[in-house]
Amino acid sequence: MVEHGDIRVVRRGGSKINFRQPVITNDSRLLLCASGHSVKVFSTSTEECVHELRGHTDLVTGVVVKPSNHLQAYSCSLDGTIRLWDFTDGILIKTYDIGYSIYSIHTSAFHKGVVFTVTSTISDKKSESFQLVAVHLPQSGDQLVKAPELSAVISDVSSNPGAIVFGRGGEYIASANGLHLEVFFFKKQKTYRFFLKKDTKTGGKNTFMCVAAHPKDDCIATGHEDGKIRLWRNFNHQKEYTYSTLHWHSNAVSSMCFTPEGTNLLSGGVESVLVQWRYNDVSQRDFLPRLGAAITHIAVSPDGALSCTSHSDNKITIIQGIKVSAVLQGLVTGESVETDLMVDPRSKALVLNGKPGHLQFYSLKRDKLLYNLDIVQQEYIHELGLQQFKVVKVAFDASGNWMATVEERKQKDAEQELNLKLWAFDEQTQSFVLNTTVADPHESRITAMCFCQAAASQTTMLISASEDGHFKAWQLRRLAPGEDDGPSCLCDFVGAYRGLVPHCCCFSADGSLLAVSFQEVVTVWSPASWELLATLSQPPKAIRNLCFGRLSCSKYLLGTTDDHLLCCWNLLTCSLEWSTSMDISLLLGDPLTENIAAFCCHAGSTDLFVFKPSEPRPVFSLKAVCSGKVTHAVFAPREEMLESCEESSQWLNHSQLYFLTQCMDLMTFTTKAEEEKLMASSKQLLIDDSVAMTPFYLLLGKHRKGESGAAASGESAGRPPLPQGSGAVKELLRTPAHVLPSTSFLCSMFVKSLLVSVGDARSVESKPAEEEMESEKEEEDSEGDMESSASRPERGSLARRSAEPAAPPLTKAQLRELRRVKKLDHSWLTGLLRS
Amino acid sequence: MGEFKVHRVRFFDYMPSAIRAMVFSTRTERLALARADGALEIFNFSDNYFQEKVLPGHDGRAVEALCWVGPRLFSAGLNGEITEYDLENLRPRYTVEAYGGPIWTISVNSQGTLLAVGCEDGTVKMFEVLKERIQFQRNLDRQKGRIISLSWHPSGTLIAAGMMDMIRIFDAETGRATHRLLVDRGAGASKSKEVVVWSIAFLSDHTIISSDSAGKVQIWDGLNGTLIRTHLITKWDVLALSVSQDESSLVAGTSEGTVVQFQFISSTVDRLDKDWVRTRTFKNHSHDVRALAHTETAVVSGGMDTQLVVRPLLDKVEKNTRESAMRKVSFPHRSLVCCAKKAGLLLFQFPDHLELWRLGESDGYGKLGGSLPVKRGPEKLIQLKRKGEDHICCSALSPCGGWLAYSTVTSFRLYRLQNGSISICKVSKLPKDLLPAHQLCFSTNSSKLFASSSNSSVVVVALNELECKYLGTLKAKYGCRQPVHQLSASDNGKWLATANTDCEVHVYNLDKLKLHCTVPVYGSCPTAMAIHPTTSNLVVVHADQQIFEYSLVKKEYTEWSRRLQKQGLHSMWLERDTPITHVTFNPKNPAHIIVHDMFMFCIIDKSLHLLCVSLLEDHSLVVVERPLLDIVSQLPAPVRQKKFAT
Repeated sequence: MVEHGDIRVVRRGGSKINFRQPVITNDSRLLLCASGHSVKVFSTSTEECVHELRGHTDLVTGVVVKPSNHLQAYSCSLDGTIRLWDFTDGILIKTYDIGYSIYSIHTSAFHKGVVFTVTSTISDKKSESFQLVAVHLPQSGDQLVKAPELSAVISDVSSNPGAIVFGRGGEYIASANGLHLEVFFFKKQKTYRFFLKKDTKTGGKNTFMCVAAHPKDDCIATGHEDGKIRLWRNFNHQKEYTYSTLHWHSNAVSSMCFTPEGTNLLSGGVESVLVQWRYNDVSQRDFLPRLGAAITHIAVSPDGALSCTSHSDNKITIIQGIKVSAVLQGLVTGESVETDLMVDPRSKALVLNGKPGHLQFYSLKRDKLLYNLDIVQQEYIHELGLQQFKVVKVAFDASGNWMATVEERKQKDAEQELNLKLWAFDEQTQSFVLNTTVADPHESRITAMCFCQAAASQTTMLISASEDGHFKAWQLRRLAPGEDDGPSCLCDFVGAYRGLVPHCCCFSADGSLLAVSFQEVVTVWSPASWELLATLSQPPKAIRNLCFGRLSCSKYLLGTTDDHLLCCWNLLTCSLEWSTSMDISLLLGDPLTENIAAFCCHAGSTDLFVFKPSEPRPVFSLKAVCSGKVTHAVFAPREEMLESCEESSQWLNHSQLYFLTQCMDLMTFTTKAEEEKLMASSKQLLIDDSVAMTPFYLLLGKHRKGESGAAASGESAGRPPLPQGSGAVKELLRTPAHVLPSTSFLCSMFVKSLLVSVGDARSVESKPAEEEMESEKEEEDSEGDMESSASRPERGSLARRSAEPAAPPLTKAQLRELRRVKKLDHSWLTGLLRS
Repeated sequence: MGEFKVHRVRFFDYMPSAIRAMVFSTRTERLALARADGALEIFNFSDNYFQEKVLPGHDGRAVEALCWVGPRLFSAGLNGEITEYDLENLRPRYTVEAYGGPIWTISVNSQGTLLAVGCEDGTVKMFEVLKERIQFQRNLDRQKGRIISLSWHPSGTLIAAGMMDMIRIFDAETGRATHRLLVDRGAGASKSKEVVVWSIAFLSDHTIISSDSAGKVQIWDGLNGTLIRTHLITKWDVLALSVSQDESSLVAGTSEGTVVQFQFISSTVDRLDKDWVRTRTFKNHSHDVRALAHTETAVVSGGMDTQLVVRPLLDKVEKNTRESAMRKVSFPHRSLVCCAKKAGLLLFQFPDHLELWRLGESDGYGKLGGSLPVKRGPEKLIQLKRKGEDHICCSALSPCGGWLAYSTVTSFRLYRLQNGSISICKVSKLPKDLLPAHQLCFSTNSSKLFASSSNSSVVVVALNELECKYLGTLKAKYGCRQPVHQLSASDNGKWLATANTDCEVHVYNLDKLKLHCTVPVYGSCPTAMAIHPTTSNLVVVHADQQIFEYSLVKKEYTEWSRRLQKQGLHSMWLERDTPITHVTFNPKNPAHIIVHDMFMFCIIDKSLHLLCVSLLEDHSLVVVERPLLDIVSQLPAPVRQKKFAT
């Protein structure tokens, strides 16, 4: 096995923004939140991500604004460092190395040069306990500083940052853990501990969930598991302390926060209602209901104008007064992703279950939620134990014109309700529109569903396999504008095999074969005639996954079984080519290459193998990718191809592999080169401090640099000048409009930049344009389809890529020929020849 | 030990009366409690919350307010009278008409010299407390509208009065009103309704705290007459207020059955200025909390649901001790049931009538622990209504079932029951010495009746078919003034033991009609006692759950009793919160003592050295049950509250 040091597993895109409490800056314009391995800076008014502060090498576990300088912020991470950032410009100022994993960070104005962090106690690892440690940050000019001075303040604290809070100007710190509350007074160096019983007679559960401290009075509010809020007073007496109880929440209070003046207390929980209690008159309260999902964190801006709530569906809501003013939505990965990960071929967005009854389209490139599509189209009722419609399956056809969804509702004793919905892409609204609803398409739940991935014809075929022992083929037809009558969806064929339950189904790449697995038997059908061509079987255990090989390997069909066997059948000989024993939880084929990725569960962690079915050696393997089983993964095609020549990382050139870990974190693989590229773009921010850092500057600065570089190296290397103009244009177009200077100011420079090297730019730019036109024409000729433009550039680039290294100056005719050859898929032939 | 037949009696539908008012005296550590039927109860808080005395009610007397003046107890009611009570003879001492219509409140100044009463006609009347009586002194300025609540400033110069829609502050010397504080009405529909200031408290720093029918507790500055803060604590009425002795804590009782505590706390640790902050909420009642008392360590509350709840404040007592447990007193600490052992009859005592029942019979031999087939159901023989307006104070049924006696505070009646039949006739000729009694008891052979009367004396009357004859009066030593609340005659007719509320236990020799001996005085009040039929040992159970056995022959504690004291009782036994109300002996096994309290039966086996605590049956044992749920179901409906998820 080959270990590849330069490929790492990282979080990129789609990470949680609700992991820790967000921070609103003093001027209420920016919001900072920990997101995966970086800190994201959002604008509170436009919801746009302004900066991403990259630098930590592990999960960021806390962000706080530096009390002595409100333009800087500390962040801490599990990698054992605290980093100080200038968050308005996105510059890393300093890195303090602590040496221990940090779980949260707390600061107060009362303590200058000291931050408080929660680290795990080293003594025993089994029962993890945490302690609060004061870290004295040394004053030094260096970028990387070691902070050796640590002193323990409170032992046995909770790792939840919401359970530790500074009170009244930092004079004391309160920490709640389990069933006890601890208050430490810094001046007197005295600790007071208060204990509660686990359960009361009336069924109350007293476990502390979160703590908040009044900014002016000595009053600590604690939230409890049964939804009570206790306001503790007089806690500088071990015996004569007292508390009052507020009760509105019916479930655990997950977060609380006092407003800066201490007039209100905000609390939230599973009810997804923000409750505002008047501090002086707790019988009066205001509610902000229907926030969508359970509240996990609450934060208030220092001027009290804004408050924000984090929600369990990876969302941050910014609230002005008692009204929602902005919503920052991240990728929603609930407890279960029943639909599996999908990629929309048109928008290249990741598609999966989002809000209950919805599908979310998430752009991984921009790390932004594109839109939510309401599939179920029924009101979701927030009540425990209620059975509601769930989207369980989704499939896209190759062009992205059709989408099929399955929703089901399991009633307690009544039978299952199933709906198969077909959605057509509407060019005008740029979204999917419900085309057909098939109520009860099968008698039992649907186990698998797939579209015929072959090049689009007039009709598209959808296969659905169900537990009732049948699989059905549906013919989809897009209605011409004139004809109104006639169904657009017809059940074409119902197939069964010996009354067994079909479990997986899969189309070959060219759509000429359909493989359906019936328990331990794989049947191969011809969709054209609905003939059963062959049966392949590998008893005794049932087939778990099925996957056809692609391109040069398309004669192979791969399958995994429940008894940890990976089998590869040769479809030409209808015999087993090879098999190996592996506990594979997920088998996935890259749609653009021959590569097949297999996630293999081994000893509590998951290994990844990437292989070609025709080659015995895996292309890539990585041990211990993550702990737990990986059941959801997807190959997302890259927008721009990576030029990596290393053998081990070549499989990442065409597409990226994303997967969901057991704790529903979206992870991906990255190469060193890719990482360096990303770092370089963020490092650029540090180049020149003398000029104000605006996106416009960045654009022009890069331009200027490129220009000078080109001028310097122009003669010596003889390299043609780069098309800076197009780069600048791209940059210009990608930058949000609100951060750009006025158009009139830009225009002249922009035009000039285009003028500088007009000849070269034209020659490079016009060529792809021409090519595209060509390919369009060609497709029109052959199929007469107008709609498959989304996938076309990809295919064009593919062809170009394969052509370029061989002979760069190919004629158009040659190109066309080459493409046609490529399209015809001679893998069958090559396979035949080889065997 | 399962060798008993049990009669489970569930037809005693005793209904306690609602608690109307209560007042706590820190000097004597006693709580006086008034019920809606006019009965008064005195609880001794220093002696395990034992119900020491019960003063029976009176038809025309509805007590609205109570007041301790030193050891003297005064009450005032809607009949417009002020009554002082004779706590030694358990009866009203005298009554003074206030001539101001119904009286809503009574309050004494801290010096104990002046009583102020608030009347329906809007006057506050001052009465001077003299040694033997009270005397009207004067009226304060007459107001429009009734005076609902009164509170003296601790200096005794000012008095605050809660009225309809307002609070007035009077100068107690001149009688002039100095301030008029207007109380807001409730919001919404109740805007048109007058707000009633149900309760008021005047603190030494001139802070006035009021509670009213709009659900508010308001804190006022009494010097300037300004409102400092309003706490809205309920949608309904806040009926009662009570302030702790050191004025650092305050409780308010609401119609929802909750008691809300407020504390006087500084807002930050190092500052001195304090503020009243709402802190805890106790919910121990299902109905209105009408009366409250804030003792040093606990909050005592009572109301329409007839229970007295003692809720200790955990910051004032040691945790996990007997003091830190909550107590609920729902039944009187004395027996209201009398059982004629030989005749199988039961006598139930109600405030206004007596019921005589015959127990059911069964001939079958059932399985151990199973229920027997009933041959003849229980039968109600007689319902005897009392005469006069006074409520029944005590009653007794002779063991043979032939005699029935009851007493009110003014009269004593004896009835002759014909054997087995339903005829009853009053014995008209009674000896003159037979005065109204506190406690009645028949001898085992039904030939003698013992009636305790004033000064701890016991009158002995001989009964036979023709007449009843006065035999003599048993007198304890001189100076015993407390009433006798326990009487117990031995089976052989030789001994009679009496216990009074001064914790003294006297044993008399009935042959000589003379004091035989006095059991050494123990610091806690006896709650039940009995003389063993064969060994003539006296078993006494005290309010602090201690058990003593005293040999009448040797006039000393028995060996078992000494050993028990040395060993100490089990903490589970000591932590029970209801006193033992009855002691009997197992006739089959003389070493077994059977005791019961409100919740459980218990056999104490003397041959074993530890207490064997077990639920028990007896071969003609009668268990009278009164499920609390039945009482709750008979209460009027509580105020409507929106409950979550209903």
